Amino acid sequence: MTVTDKGAAPGAKAPAHEAPPVGDLPARPRRGTPWLLTAAMTALLVLLTLTSAGLGAYDISPGDVLTSIAHRAGLGGSELSRVPESVLWNVRFPRIVLALLIGASLGCAGALMQGVFGNPLAEPGVIGVSSGAAVGAVAAISFGLNFLGNWTIPAFAFVTGLGTVLLVYAMSRSGGRTEVVTLILTGIAVNAFTGALIGLFIFFADTAAVNQITFWQLGSLSAATWPKVLAVLPCAALGLAVAPLYARKLDLLSLGERPARHLGVDVERLRIVLVLVIALLTAAAVSVSGIIGFVGLVIPHLLRMAAGPGHRFLLPGSALGGAVVLLAGDLAARTVAEPAELPLGVLTALFGSPFFFWLLRRTRRRQGGWA
Amino acid sequence: MNGMKWLRLPGARPTPPAAVHPGDVLAEAEALHVRLGTREVLSGVDVMARAGEVLALVGPNGAGKSTLLSALAADLPTAAGLVRVHGRPAADWSAHELALRRAVLPQSATLSFPFAVEEVVRMGRAPWAGTALEDEDDPAVATAMAATETLDFAARPFSALSGGERARVALARVLAQRASLLLLDEPTAALDLRHQELVLRICRERALAGDAVVVVLHDLGLAAAYAHRVVILSAGRAVADGPPAEIFTDRLLSDVYRQPVEVFPHPRSGEVLITPRRGS
Repeated sequence: MTVTDKGAAPGAKAPAHEAPPVGDLPARPRRGTPWLLTAAMTALLVLLTLTSAGLGAYDISPGDVLTSIAHRAGLGGSELSRVPESVLWNVRFPRIVLALLIGASLGCAGALMQGVFGNPLAEPGVIGVSSGAAVGAVAAISFGLNFLGNWTIPAFAFVTGLGTVLLVYAMSRSGGRTEVVTLILTGIAVNAFTGALIGLFIFFADTAAVNQITFWQLGSLSAATWPKVLAVLPCAALGLAVAPLYARKLDLLSLGERPARHLGVDVERLRIVLVLVIALLTAAAVSVSGIIGFVGLVIPHLLRMAAGPGHRFLLPGSALGGAVVLLAGDLAARTVAEPAELPLGVLTALFGSPFFFWLLRRTRRRQGGWA
Repeated sequence: MNGMKWLRLPGARPTPPAAVHPGDVLAEAEALHVRLGTREVLSGVDVMARAGEVLALVGPNGAGKSTLLSALAADLPTAAGLVRVHGRPAADWSAHELALRRAVLPQSATLSFPFAVEEVVRMGRAPWAGTALEDEDDPAVATAMAATETLDFAARPFSALSGGERARVALARVLAQRASLLLLDEPTAALDLRHQELVLRICRERALAGDAVVVVLHDLGLAAAYAHRVVILSAGRAVADGPPAEIFTDRLLSDVYRQPVEVFPHPRSGEVLITPRRGS
C-alpha cells in the first residue's frame, strides 16, 4: 500500500487494478435453459402418455384414463368397464412403460457413449453395439434358450453387447482419441460381422424362430407385456441410475484423457464403469425391441445445441428426451397406418439417418475434410 | 497398473496437500530413464523443482523436454530411476491426490464438446469439489481468467476461439486449479509477443507466491529473462543446470543446438540476449 492509499477516506474503494473483483464473472450462459427444457419435456411426456393410453383400435377418453389411474393408485376414481380396463392395463400401459424405458435407455446410452469416446458421432446403432447386442438376443431366440427365464434374452444381449463395446473401443482409439473416420469405419466393420452372425443364427433357426427374429429385428414394441417390462427393467434402471453419477467426470474427460487424469479422474476406472453402463442400457433397449437406431444420436445433439454440453443435464435430459421421442414414435407407428403397424425401428431410421447425414457433413466441414 | 488403486473406494478421502515452504522440493527426478517404445528418450536425468522458483527446461527438438515434464507430472512409467512429487514417489499418490498437488498444461489444448470458456476454466476446480477449499472456486476462476486476459470471451464456446486464445484459456484452467506445482509444456508456443510476456510474468508471480513452476520453453531469450534456473536437455540428458546467466554460453548453446549462437548482454539493460550467428 502506498502512502496516498493510506490517506484515503475509510470505506473508499480499493483501486481497480488490485485484485479482480469476484463478482466480475459474466453471468453463466444458458443457466435457465436446462430447467425450461426439463419442464417442457416432462409436460410433453405426460401429455403423450395420456394420448398414447387413449388412442388406438379401442379409443378411451383421457378422462377415463385418468379415472382408471386414480382408481388403481387408490386416489378415488372408479374402475372402467371390463374391456377398456383390460385394454388400458394389459395392452396400452405395458407398451407405454416399455417405450419410456427403452427410449430413456437409448437416449442416455447415446449421450454416455459420445462422452466416453469424446466423439459426437458415437451411438450404439452407428458403431455396431446395438447389433452386437442383437447377436446375443438372436442366439437366445433361435436356440430357444431360457435357462434364465424372462431375463435370458437381456442377459445374452448384455454379454455380446459388452463384448462389442470393448472391441470397438479398443479398435477405434489411438493415442487417447477416437477419430470420426476410424469410429465410423469400425462401426461398418462391426455391423457387417454382426450382420453375418445374425444371418447364420437365422439360417440355423426353425421357421417359428425365424419369424420371431425377423419381426423383432425391425424394432417394434407391439408385443409389449408386463413380463417384458420386467425383463428390461433391471438393466435399464441400473444403467439410468448409475450414469448421472459420472456426469462431472465425463465433462473433464472432454479435455482428453491425460488432462482428465491431471484433474484427478481415475480414467481407467471411469472407462470400465461407463462401458458396462452403456452395455447395460443397450442390452435393455435391444433385447425386447430389436434395433431402434438414431435416438441416441439425435436427442443428445439437440440438447447439446440448446443447453450446452455439460453432462449433468445432458445425461438425465437425454434419457427424458429419448423417452419422449420413443413414446411419440411408437404412437405414430401404431396410428398412422391403422390398423396396420409400422415397425418403430424403421420409423426412427427414416428420420434419424438424414440427421446423421447432416451431422456428418457438418463435422466434415468443421474439420476441413477427413484427411 | 497398480493393483492397490483398485481397492481404494471411490469415496475414500484423499490426503490434503501439506503447507509448502519456499525451497521445498515439490518435484524431483532421480537418475530417471524413460523409454517410449524402443527408444530411450531420457537416460539418467536428475532434476529438482523447488517452491518459489521458475525452472525452465530448454533444448533442441527431441531432446526430451516434454517427456521429462510428463514424467514429473506422473504420466509416464519410468524405466529406471524415480520421480517424486511432494516428497513421495509419484506412483504412491492417487490421481486425485496428485490433482491437489500439481497442475499440468498440455502442449495443445483440445476439447471434444463446445463448452463455454468459463466452464472450461471451472473444470480446473474439479479436484477441490467436496473439500473446504471449494468456496474458493469463484475467486480462483475469476482471478485466473483476469490474469490470462480471457474474461472478455468467458461466455464464448471454446471451439470458436483462435489458437492463442485457446492456449490462454487452457492456462487459466491450470491456474484455477491452484496447485503448488505447475508444469507447463510450451505455454507460449501459440502466443503473440505481449501474451508471451504476460504468461511468463504469471509464472514469476506464482513462483513469488511460493509455488514451484516448471516450464518448457523454446525461446531462450524468455528463459533467460524469466527463469530462476534453467536445465538444458540434449539427447535425453541434462547437460547443464543453473541460473541462465551462468549456463547460457556461446559454446554450450552452439554445441547443444548444432548452430552457432551468440550470447551477449543488452547494451542498455544488461539482460542476456541470445541470437543465432548468421552467415555474414
